[in-house]
Amino acid sequence: MTEAGYNFAYLDEATKRMIRRAILKAVAIPGHQIPFGAREMPLPYGWGTGGIQVTASILGPQDVLKVIDQGADDTTNAVSIRRFFTRVAGIATTEVTGDASIIQTRHRIPEKPLTENQILVYQVPQPEPLFRLEPHRAETRRLHALADYGLMHVRLYEDIARLGHIAKAYDYPVMVNERYLMSPSPIPAFDNPKMHQMAALQLFGAGREKRIYAVPPYTPVRSLDFEDHPFRPIRAPHACAICGSTTSYLDELVTDDAGGRAFICSDTDYCQERQQAPKAAAE
Amino acid sequence: MTLLLEAKGLDLKFGAIAALDNVELDVTAGEVVAIVGESGSGKTTLLRVLAGQMAPDAGAVHYLGRDVLGMTEAERRRLMRMDWGFVHQNPRDGLRMGVSAGGNVGERLMALGARHYGNIRDEAKAWLQRVEIDAGRIDDLPRHFSGGMQQRLQIARTLVTRPKLVFMDEPTGGLDVSVQARLLDLIRALVRELGLSVLIVTHDIAAARLLADRILVMRRGQVVEQGLTDRVLDDPQHPYTQLLVSSVLAA
Repeated sequence: MTEAGYNFAYLDEATKRMIRRAILKAVAIPGHQIPFGAREMPLPYGWGTGGIQVTASILGPQDVLKVIDQGADDTTNAVSIRRFFTRVAGIATTEVTGDASIIQTRHRIPEKPLTENQILVYQVPQPEPLFRLEPHRAETRRLHALADYGLMHVRLYEDIARLGHIAKAYDYPVMVNERYLMSPSPIPAFDNPKMHQMAALQLFGAGREKRIYAVPPYTPVRSLDFEDHPFRPIRAPHACAICGSTTSYLDELVTDDAGGRAFICSDTDYCQERQQAPKAAAE
Repeated sequence: MTLLLEAKGLDLKFGAIAALDNVELDVTAGEVVAIVGESGSGKTTLLRVLAGQMAPDAGAVHYLGRDVLGMTEAERRRLMRMDWGFVHQNPRDGLRMGVSAGGNVGERLMALGARHYGNIRDEAKAWLQRVEIDAGRIDDLPRHFSGGMQQRLQIARTLVTRPKLVFMDEPTGGLDVSVQARLLDLIRALVRELGLSVLIVTHDIAAARLLADRILVMRRGQVVEQGLTDRVLDDPQHPYTQLLVSSVLAA
């Protein structure tokens, strides 16, 4: 049951309406950043205030929510946001990707392909892909308006000139619908190809920066690259120490003081499902 | 000869000061035109108005028959990227100081859609050599270059896309005399080789004589005299031009 004294899903209806309007605009112009009046939320900036506001605005009583933080369902951020929505909206939560209707995420896209019945909500710290390249916001807006993205390629050029390869391993810039340059939030470059033609609606909320943007289902999303230095999704060349997956994105863990290392799936639900699958087959 | 740039009746006032007073000017293809005059005579303002960076109070600027002042921002930027180049007096204004020399030269190429790293790099190397910068310094930052090298790098960055018309605002300002001479020599060679049209603002009469086919003399926002370079400098008609020419120091 919802906590008394709170409106359903924490935000008041007028705020939800304002955010939904921003979301509709964002969906209408894939990859374009829409300003919105972000509210104070009961957690600090950088912990997912943008994502929470988007989730709260689209949440209905029948929805099933999954929250992941770096791929994991059991980390502080994921647990507290799940608990928050259980308290203020009384909705069901899950850790199973396939069962969720809304998935709020920080830094990962689930390994299991999403469906048309799901919505993926990203927590975004910095929505502006040209941040650090062009200091003036007025100018970056103009560059977006004119689709003048030579600057981003200069950045990639510099990486190759200095390091021999494009060094961005996360938050790797993408071109949405061949029009807007977009920051995919700090997901690993490994996840970028999953955004391309994804069946689920992808919403991005940046609370501190007060921006919402979106990628509608089945929209082309292309990672920027050079013809002779094509985009590479980077993955640690190991198998998961628990489930043995050789295709999922891996976290490197330090296991002892003697330099011991282990690689395990960052997507905990995917890993668990793979561990249970052989048992189910055996029974 | 095709008329490249044409300006008519340009007026611009900064408060009570007339920065431009009924200025007329045209540049034909392949021509180098110098605008000379003392500080505050409106040279740089004129250049900025012609390049569409500033709106005049009255008058019109046409580039190949297109109205420059009436263009949308997008059209103007496209022109600035493809057909035009702008060389600033201070290379820091024209270069990205935090980006390597190669990245600086390659930026315009990439803005025009070049997406092959190897080709961009080869082109950048070729241009560095053309402006007499060692190709081995392609990955160095401009802030580690001398003033003259920075200016040459800015020229390479501007010319890499082979613009038709280049605006230069005191390109030799702030450099010592021997470096100036080499830079002028380089600009002259590139202009002839690429068949560029150049509109150059300078207070250096010698630089104007070396580079320009035609000279406009400005004073208090007015063009007081204009004509072929040798004619204006050898037989100045207007008292102000006479003063300007007579005040050049002979070494």
